[in-house]
Amino acid sequence: MIPAGFEYHRPGDIASAIGILQEYGDEARVIAGGHSLIPMMKLRMAEMGHLVDLQAINELKGVNVGADTVTLGAMVTQHELITHDGLGSAIPLIREAALQIADPQVRYAGTIGGNVANGDPGNDMPGLMQCLNATFELSGPDGTRSVAAREFYEAAYFTAREDEEILTRITIPVPGAGVGQAYEKQKRKIGDYATAAAAVMLGNGQASVAMTNLADTPVWSESASAALADGDVDGCVAAMLDAIDPVADNRGPVEFKKHVAAVMLRRAIARAQSRAS
Amino acid sequence: MNDQTLTPEERAASLKGMGSSRKRVEDVRFTQGKGNYVDDIKLDGMLFGDFVRSPYAHARVKSVNKEAALALPGVIAVLTAEDLSPLGLHWMPTLAGDKQMVLADGKVLFQGQEVAYVVAEDRYIAADAVELVEVDYEELPVLTDPFEALKSDVVLREDLEGQTEGAHGPRKHHNHIFTWEQGDKEATEAILAEADVVAEEMVYYHRTHPCPLETCGCVASMDKVTGKLTLYGTFQAPHAIRTVVSLISGIAEHNIRVISPDIGGGFGNKVGAYAGYVCSVVASIVTGQPVKWVEDRMENLMSTAFARDYWMQGKIAATKDGKITGLWCHTTADHGGFDACADPTKFPAGFMNICTGSYDIPTAYLAVDGVYTNKAPGGVAYRCSFRVTEAAYFIERMIEVLAIKLNMDAAELRRINFIKADQFPYQSALGWEYDSGDYHTAWDKALKAVDYEGLRAEQSQRIEDFKAGKTRKLLGIGLTHFTEIVGAGPVKNCDILGLGMFDSCEIRIHPTGSAIARLGTISQGQGHATTFAQIIASEIGLPADDITLEEGDTDTAPYGLGTYGSRSTPVAGAATAMAARKIRAKAQMIAAYLLEVHDNDVEWDVDRFAVKGAPERFKTMKEIAFAAYNQAIPGLEPGLEAVSYYDPPNMTYPFGAYICVMEIDVDTGEWDVRQFYALDDCGTRINPMIIEGQVHGGVTEALAIAMGQEIAYDEMGNVKTATLMDFFIPTAWETPNYTTDHTVTPSPHHPIGAKGVGESPNVGGVPAFSNAVHDAFRPFGLVQSHMPHDHWRIWKIANGLGMHG
Ligand SMILES: Cc1cc2nc3c(=O)[nH]c(=O)nc-3n(C[C@H](O)[C@H](O)[C@H](O)COP(=O)(O)OP(=O)(O)OC[C@H]3O[C@@H](n4cnc5c(N)ncnc54)[C@H](O)[C@@H]3O)c2cc1C
Repeated sequence: MIPAGFEYHRPGDIASAIGILQEYGDEARVIAGGHSLIPMMKLRMAEMGHLVDLQAINELKGVNVGADTVTLGAMVTQHELITHDGLGSAIPLIREAALQIADPQVRYAGTIGGNVANGDPGNDMPGLMQCLNATFELSGPDGTRSVAAREFYEAAYFTAREDEEILTRITIPVPGAGVGQAYEKQKRKIGDYATAAAAVMLGNGQASVAMTNLADTPVWSESASAALADGDVDGCVAAMLDAIDPVADNRGPVEFKKHVAAVMLRRAIARAQSRAS
Repeated sequence: MNDQTLTPEERAASLKGMGSSRKRVEDVRFTQGKGNYVDDIKLDGMLFGDFVRSPYAHARVKSVNKEAALALPGVIAVLTAEDLSPLGLHWMPTLAGDKQMVLADGKVLFQGQEVAYVVAEDRYIAADAVELVEVDYEELPVLTDPFEALKSDVVLREDLEGQTEGAHGPRKHHNHIFTWEQGDKEATEAILAEADVVAEEMVYYHRTHPCPLETCGCVASMDKVTGKLTLYGTFQAPHAIRTVVSLISGIAEHNIRVISPDIGGGFGNKVGAYAGYVCSVVASIVTGQPVKWVEDRMENLMSTAFARDYWMQGKIAATKDGKITGLWCHTTADHGGFDACADPTKFPAGFMNICTGSYDIPTAYLAVDGVYTNKAPGGVAYRCSFRVTEAAYFIERMIEVLAIKLNMDAAELRRINFIKADQFPYQSALGWEYDSGDYHTAWDKALKAVDYEGLRAEQSQRIEDFKAGKTRKLLGIGLTHFTEIVGAGPVKNCDILGLGMFDSCEIRIHPTGSAIARLGTISQGQGHATTFAQIIASEIGLPADDITLEEGDTDTAPYGLGTYGSRSTPVAGAATAMAARKIRAKAQMIAAYLLEVHDNDVEWDVDRFAVKGAPERFKTMKEIAFAAYNQAIPGLEPGLEAVSYYDPPNMTYPFGAYICVMEIDVDTGEWDVRQFYALDDCGTRINPMIIEGQVHGGVTEALAIAMGQEIAYDEMGNVKTATLMDFFIPTAWETPNYTTDHTVTPSPHHPIGAKGVGESPNVGGVPAFSNAVHDAFRPFGLVQSHMPHDHWRIWKIANGLGMHG
């Protein structure tokens, strides 16, 4: 449980952080809250010569709640997502999901940027961001670009982000009034990743559903969303069960996970429906 | 206030003696972060050890190349079996009469086994050097199933090849360790053949781990000038460790000082001797510098002693109206790569023969076969007396299985089979003499407290609602009445490595009437400094607050066998009372002298001796203490101290009635404990608050074990649950509220009637939780299903019963 040695960098702005990443290439890695990265380093499953701490970069902080969009700086902690008043009323789904992540200690340090950039299929925020149709802003040596959350995830720990890019902010369209939202997660205990989790938004003739930890990436399903928009819950569940591809692990065998996935999805749909107007 | 104005009751209360919920004196330092644990110890020039461990469960070790590691600046040494063998220390004896590799000697037998020991100037350098040691392995076929192991051609223990006789009798196969038989096989089989009803079931108690908050560790410090070795460590039995170190190292015992500082939980995990201790001692001897070794969490879960892993095939016979006539059990015990089970020498399966439980079962038979597999060695009593939890789980499941077969209420089936109060002392069919008990009273009290009939009515309604599609949640009522056997034990039949299992206490009264007491045990959270002072307070009338308690330093404490198996109060607690009584006897003579009367003319009154018939003429214990040091009393030596070594005449038999009410979601397998009632009878109650705390902690461990905690292996012998993400430790969120209750049936042979309680909640809790799960599904046809009852396994029960449509 002791990491290999590394050099520690603490740049004060995005440009210098990118500079350090360029200088050291794949020898360098950024660290945000450290609550995914440090355990991997202690297990020596992640070893890097240079650790670039993002804590001192103010540009990466802050929550901005506008009329149509919410912008979250990458370094906003999960605790802030829970306690920010304006965010809670603009997109209550974020708070509901963040409360089901880990435990208070982890949430004080863990960031939204780290959670979505990590690429661990167990993370809750990626599926949620896909459900909300968020956009990730990436800054790198060649400037800044945007990637839709629904396009970002390629495989476990592989994302559209280049090694020398930093995820700087997340933009989320504010769901229209009357849209019901729900996040339903089954886990073995407090502090555990999902056995299965579902993020659902529906209302105004539209719907969006995404699921977590049931494939090597989060799963947002266009056909499941479309079925639900048409009011076809069974069709939505069937489409989602087609889209997911869980593997057996300590949380249980595949048939159990598929069953629970359907249960979580149905419960999330029912709760979202009860909240829609 | 003047002493004379206080009533005897007020004076007794001011002592905070037995029966007082005195606050734990230990907590002052623990809650302020001022404890002193092994890892807090820092000595000048201290080096750090770390292990290279096998990634394979079974492999030949063809070579170990240390060069790159030794080249790393700051690395002092890399030890392998080759380095230890000239000292004869590459293997060490186990507590179970087997031997165990200290460092891999040609092969490895479990994942995480110690292969090489790196010593470096810094903890971080040691970890880096571990990565640089190159080990060439050749993988061998892996055996993780004990039933397979007994059939396989693969020889795990090549060192034992050709040895058909083990420490506990004949070995039937090269992977077989021992067979242990108790009771009357023929008579039991005859009863089974003729019985009205026989229920038969395989009851598996899965492999788990004590997982104390503080892992195992030590600091070895060899002083080359004095020739004295000081060994600090997380030892539950410091004195026995000193003797063992002396025997295996050849260092004279007076030159070894073992110190157990504060210990952050043991639960049996810290009873045995580990490779880390041996290697640290050797490293300190070789370098002449202190060497620290502390496991990390994964090492603790993967390599230091596990618990349980018993496959218990049971048959229980009864008349058609439910009177049990016989019990048969055959256990296949998975001991891993070495037999390092921590049991008294003559009991290779511990006290598993307490498996007739609380019931008057006239005829019984138990056989246990120990088996080698490619898993970590151990088999410790995880918060229970030796294999008592396994026994309690077995009988409490068999009762439920029999109730199903008889179509009877399980509470009633228990009631008609309980040993009756007037049958004590009770001779069990498997050889124990139960000291005391009143099971019917406890049972009736428990059933009434939870409104058992009301619960059953609610459950019937729930079943109807479920069948009508109105709910997807079931209600389970888990019953348990357990009887433990603790306080090992009488020297005539209990020893560990030849050391009789007595225990000890030495008390010294200071001139001003305060005292220090030292015991052969060692607290790991049990609160000895609080409770043992209370025993002394009640016995000799000095306030508990004025009594210091010390344990764990073999240079100062009297010899004792340590703390595990709920033995501290039954054995060392008895020694404490006996030592205090010796002091009181001398105090009586001093008082009589001071009061100028005959010894027999004074009588004890709470905190003083008073002249019989003239209570206003008295000497308090405080006054007597001073007199012991400042008066020349004819015929008496000065001073006031005593020591007692107590060899208990029998074990003690705490018991209890636990009831768990659980809601189960059949669609997700999620559970919720709605109510948990725990009635404990541990005889005389020394500190009710500490008892309650012990029960809360123990039931929480039981919840973890029953509902998710396990050491699981895949077919390659990889440990699948080596971190706390997968190894279930409940948080406050998962932990239910508990209702505690008690009856008091003192032990007739114990000086203060106390029986021990620390382990009861784990012993009784596991079957209560498991029975609740089973009970929820009983109306739908479930008979037996194995723990741990985590979500997917509960879901699988529901799925197997066709509940998912
Ligand atoms: C006990 C425990 C339980 C947990 N349970 C859950 C859970 O239930 N659900 C859940 O979602 N998470 C859970 N987590 C993970 C936690 O939420 C992490 O905090 C989160 O996954 C990562 O955020 P971080 O800020 O800590 O990132 P870090 O650990 O610092 O980084 C994670 C990865 O993202 C990269 N990264 C971080 N920030 C950026 C950035 N701005 N741009 C580019 N790359 C970046 C890092 O290089 C690293 O590879 C748990 C963690 C623990 C320790």
